[in-house]
Amino acid sequence: MDTDGKTTKPTRRIFASQAAALAAGWVLTACGPKRLYEAPRAQLKKAIEDMERQYRERLGVTVSVSDAPAIPGVEFAYALDLSRCIGCRRCVYACVKENNQSRDPQIQWIKVLSMEKDKGVDFSAADPYYSPAEVPEEGYFYVPVQCQQCRNPPCTKVCPTGATWTEKDGIVVIDYDWCIGCRYCMAACPYGARHFNWAQPEIPKAEINPNTHYLGNRPRPKGVVEKCTFCIQRTRAGRYPACVEICPVGARKFGNLLDKDSEIRYIIENKRVLVLKEELNTAPRFFYFYAT
Amino acid sequence: MPPDSPAQFIRRFLGFARGSIRLILRGNRAYRLWLAALGVLIVSGALAYANQVRNGLALTAMRDQVSWGFYIGNFTFLVGVAAAAVVLVIPAYIYDWKPIREIVLYGELLAISAIMMCLMFVMVDIGRPDRFWHLIPPMGHLNFPSSVLAWDVLVLNLYFLVNFVVATHILYRAFHGRKYAKRLVIPLVLLSIPMAVGIHTVTAFLYNGLVARPYWNSSILAPQFLASAFCSGPAILLVVVQVLRRFTRFEIRDEAIWKIAELMAYAMFLNLFLHGAEAFKEFYSGGQDVLYTRYWYLGLNGHHTLVPYAWSAVGLNLLAFALFIVPAARRNWVILNIGCIATYAGVYIEKGMGLIIPGLTPDALGEIYEYYPSVTELRVAAGIFAVGFLVFTLMLKVAVPISLGEFTEKKETSDLAGVAWAGR
Repeated sequence: MDTDGKTTKPTRRIFASQAAALAAGWVLTACGPKRLYEAPRAQLKKAIEDMERQYRERLGVTVSVSDAPAIPGVEFAYALDLSRCIGCRRCVYACVKENNQSRDPQIQWIKVLSMEKDKGVDFSAADPYYSPAEVPEEGYFYVPVQCQQCRNPPCTKVCPTGATWTEKDGIVVIDYDWCIGCRYCMAACPYGARHFNWAQPEIPKAEINPNTHYLGNRPRPKGVVEKCTFCIQRTRAGRYPACVEICPVGARKFGNLLDKDSEIRYIIENKRVLVLKEELNTAPRFFYFYAT
Repeated sequence: MPPDSPAQFIRRFLGFARGSIRLILRGNRAYRLWLAALGVLIVSGALAYANQVRNGLALTAMRDQVSWGFYIGNFTFLVGVAAAAVVLVIPAYIYDWKPIREIVLYGELLAISAIMMCLMFVMVDIGRPDRFWHLIPPMGHLNFPSSVLAWDVLVLNLYFLVNFVVATHILYRAFHGRKYAKRLVIPLVLLSIPMAVGIHTVTAFLYNGLVARPYWNSSILAPQFLASAFCSGPAILLVVVQVLRRFTRFEIRDEAIWKIAELMAYAMFLNLFLHGAEAFKEFYSGGQDVLYTRYWYLGLNGHHTLVPYAWSAVGLNLLAFALFIVPAARRNWVILNIGCIATYAGVYIEKGMGLIIPGLTPDALGEIYEYYPSVTELRVAAGIFAVGFLVFTLMLKVAVPISLGEFTEKKETSDLAGVAWAGR
């Protein structure tokens, strides 16, 4: 500015344009409706109160919506032991319940694929609708697939409104109040992890999970996209995701990638680990491994 | 001529509007029947869409596996129509080839209606049309430059604006017996040429840039889009100018029509060649990604819904090429029109069904969900086409008499025929 001691007199034009810019900035930051991505803390609090009130009025259930932010020093990662998974789909149903997924029409964030052992991991020969009397079936193994929480996510970069992004702890989230339902992210996802509310989602009142997070399992409206969030409402509160907890054979492992002593680090460093569709360079935070 | 005072301007504009409405309301029996048919389709489409808004996109056949379908296919096809209609500007201006120049104004009107249809197809496809403003800064947020869809929103709207300004300016001026402002029109027309290529390239990149979908993730996609667009856009225009020549005093020389048909033959050859190159690469190399191409041409694991469409597109495109490449054939009016219809239908099938659906079948995890548009989708799409044709018809109804000098502010300045373009 005045480094050489000259005083600059503000002209009327400069004053007017600065005032206009200030006014515009104020309008944009203070009163305009906002993406939750950039909402200041106070506005987020208010938005969450509105959500809770609306759920009470619309669903007749008291739903608490958490706004817990990412914990510093935490980057979540997941590992799934393919040699243990028996294809029982308990994870699928635990996830539906925990994350308030629509029962009618059915939405399931986890899809378990049955694959033939002599073909290996081959999606073109996979069967998502297997239904034998008993699992596991002779000659088959199972690959559960959900959001891979990519470090290089193809879905977030294509979103035209910036309604989906990666949080600091590595979780890819969606702002259900900002999504316009164009489904470009679904076309971009190589893992079929994103799901659309083709109709008004229906959940029986008694089955609604009232413990929710604003970027996670809070009830969604019709016409928007949703996906796995590593159970953000649980994991940011220090708990395991529902699918990890329910797995009867302990095939699912979860933890903090930045913690050297974590189980997830042990698995990555000592087991034979792979990621799905490695050649696409999506760099998933979801690993598959063979423990035995 | 001194500039108008505001009051004068309003008076002159009202005169224009009143005259236009009179023109639109007047017409023979065929015209009234045509409008009535469009009206029926529009009402049917609007009812179907209202139902879709109420019950959700579940009324379409789209599901998580095939999450884009008929709507987006139509959108893609119409971007091509919009682009190609204006590309006729190139021979008209660069080579100063006069016979085509008379058509260019109508090409721009076609582009305007095509872009309108494009935007409507996007609107009916999104799950939350009530949130459309989320795309529009400053209240909304446009994820530019990261999202190719954001690019597409920008270029399509800009292209619409350019064509709208040029066409309405020329016509409005001609109505008042004045020449169009060269300083405005020439730069905008020149801008519209790269923009026409741009809208279709960006739309191709929309699919092309997705690593998850091997069927689209091929660098041949954008050139192939352009080639097919240069067939379908002129095909519509050739039929339209023949209709105009028949029913109005509008004149166009036969050689202009034949020249465009010849250019279409070259574009169709390129289109077929690029399809062939892609099919060769997929089938001969035999990698896993052949699944999608196989689904389109041959069917997969007993799923054959699209196969008849694939081969009818190939057949129609080959037929159109054969008819247009032989000079004697394209000079026969019956054959020429068969060629136009074959081109239009071939490219429509190839874009409407053959681009989006095989790109998503099998889905990302290998599942085959056989998509086929539902009645709701067909009704809504027919309604949108009807709106587009209605807009195009009404614009022509006003534009043709103006450029023929039959509809002017002062009757005495009636020898303005062709002032719109021929008078550059």
